[in-house]
Amino acid sequence: MMRRRRFVRAGATWLITIGALVGAVFWLDRLPAGDAAPAAPAAVAEAELVARGAYLARVANCAGCHTARGGAPLAGGRALATPFGVVFAGNLTPDPATGLGSWSADDFWRALHLGRGRDGRRLVPAFPYTETTRMTRADSDALFAWLRTLPPASVPARPHELRGVYGTQLALAAWRVFFFRPGVWQDDPGRSAEWNRGAYLVNGAGHCAACHGGRNLLGAAGDDFAGGFLPTGEGYAPSLARADQAGVHDWPLEEVMALLRYGAAPRGRATGPMAEVVRGSTSHLSDADLRAMAVYLQSLPHEAAPPRRPIERDEPAREHAARGARVYADHCAACHGSTGEGGATPDGRLVIPALAGQRAVTLDPPANLVRSIAHGGFGIASAREPRPWGMPPFAHVLSDEEIAAVATFLRQAWGADAAPVSAPEVARWRGRALD
Amino acid sequence: MTPGLHSFLPRPRPRPRLPRAPAWRVLLLAAALVVAHGGHAAPAPVDDSLEARLAACTTCHGREGRAAPDGYHPRIAGKPAQYLFHQLLNFRDGRRHYGPMVALLEPLPDAYLREIAGHFAALELPYPPPPRVDVPPALLERGRRLALEGEATRQLPACAACHGAALTGMLPATPGLLGLPRDYVAAQLGAWRAGQRRAHAPDCMAEIVRRLGPGDVAAVSAWLAAQPVPQPVRIEAPTAAFRAPLRCGAAEQGR
Repeated sequence: MMRRRRFVRAGATWLITIGALVGAVFWLDRLPAGDAAPAAPAAVAEAELVARGAYLARVANCAGCHTARGGAPLAGGRALATPFGVVFAGNLTPDPATGLGSWSADDFWRALHLGRGRDGRRLVPAFPYTETTRMTRADSDALFAWLRTLPPASVPARPHELRGVYGTQLALAAWRVFFFRPGVWQDDPGRSAEWNRGAYLVNGAGHCAACHGGRNLLGAAGDDFAGGFLPTGEGYAPSLARADQAGVHDWPLEEVMALLRYGAAPRGRATGPMAEVVRGSTSHLSDADLRAMAVYLQSLPHEAAPPRRPIERDEPAREHAARGARVYADHCAACHGSTGEGGATPDGRLVIPALAGQRAVTLDPPANLVRSIAHGGFGIASAREPRPWGMPPFAHVLSDEEIAAVATFLRQAWGADAAPVSAPEVARWRGRALD
Repeated sequence: MTPGLHSFLPRPRPRPRLPRAPAWRVLLLAAALVVAHGGHAAPAPVDDSLEARLAACTTCHGREGRAAPDGYHPRIAGKPAQYLFHQLLNFRDGRRHYGPMVALLEPLPDAYLREIAGHFAALELPYPPPPRVDVPPALLERGRRLALEGEATRQLPACAACHGAALTGMLPATPGLLGLPRDYVAAQLGAWRAGQRRAHAPDCMAEIVRRLGPGDVAAVSAWLAAQPVPQPVRIEAPTAAFRAPLRCGAAEQGR
């Protein structure tokens, strides 16, 4: 009898504790009172509003996730494979049954600003509401007005396939308690209007930190642009704060703008997912906005590179690099030049990137270099170069061992001094091309 | 330079002489700088041509698109431009699935894809003799009948009814079927059956593949791969009387 009572008491204690915790989580992540901020004054003409919305959709690259390959624009359906399971982007067209047809501007604002669906349910943070929360109500309304003009497409939302508890409201509420602070961007009065505009674009609609913030074990991005592996396995988003990664502090402003406009600049190129961002987003932005973003990016606090491990120079290491030199001579030198100097057209355009002295080559971890060699890829088509050059994929031509060797050679040739790459690392990083 | 013009040029002013380092030191310093900067030599000259831009295609599809020896990547040179253009669109827009092709084509706009298709379509290259296909004669005969005569009882049109009497293709968008690796042809028919390959609707090949029986794919792909390609390759133009046995979205789009 005594034992049974003790058992019941212990059980009750646990139940109350867990109940209190769950209650606390939901209370901490409750909907704020009066969350629908006053709508923007209707003084803006509809056409102007729609045009601004279309532009903001470019800034945010909504189509990057919400348009499936070959699918109707913004009708959703693209799958994002995250460490927590597969997330499917929703249908943003004004279809009443499957899209946002029955949403109001208030509902849309609540999604962008608070990460909640029309029914109040918490959305998964693959949708970067952690950044779009910084957008103004006026910009939210403009974006919504533009989405209303799209042809409605009937594409039913596929339910996310998240593992275990990850997709539950309780898990999302707990995550949000730790990692989500709603709030519109507040200008820093001590900075120029240009800097503030750049900061608003980078930290708001542009959601650069979604990749460049790096993500912790629970998938939350940092706000210091320290870089990290993409949760989708598409490579490494380099740090925007480090000079040896993708920091642009010492670049001329025009070169930063050129990278965002064309995906190619004298000291770097956008490849992989960043090329997709340039193509879908930054190449469409105004010069003024690119300049503002560049000004802001140049002002990010510097972060020093961690000290490098000393590089092995023993016999196997030398043989590995020597093998890489042979692979380079056989497969790479014809285009990239015998000293990694790149290739230029007769009128002097560097159309084949130089490899010597490029931080894309010496970047640690060398995942993107491995992916470039394995999958190749075309440059970005633009008004400047409507017919871009393409690098062949080598995944089916070279073994992991050979890719590792040539990557090692590149990272140690022509004065470079970066760590070698091993075949197991190549196997881990090369990943698959798209399908 | 004329002597008159010379007199207008400013006279070189005598410069103050700097203390000179020995020549070997200057050379050493220059060499050290070059090494320190990773030997930034001037970029190598590159042709400003479509061919130079398309190196990404020819590592797999062979030099000039002749087909690689691995038995899977098809020859692309000399196929109808409209057919090639459709395939590029199909890969890019999710109707055909092959990771490396999708990844390469994803960023490219229609206008460039049309140019790429035209480039490879315009190449006239001799075909090598067909490889020996080691299958029983009965299977080859069955393949021949399917390709040239079809089978009315199963409502199977002959390949030749649409792909040209010589099976070398029909303008504007129907590809030739000769000079392709056997594995490639078999894999395409299999992909159509599995819904992995699709064409513009109505997708006539999907319908035909549905009517094929067991063994038909092996027979027809073996026979096709064993045929020599007539030289020079001529892509047939449809006559006014031509009626396709089935409606084909891809061919109709091309018209």
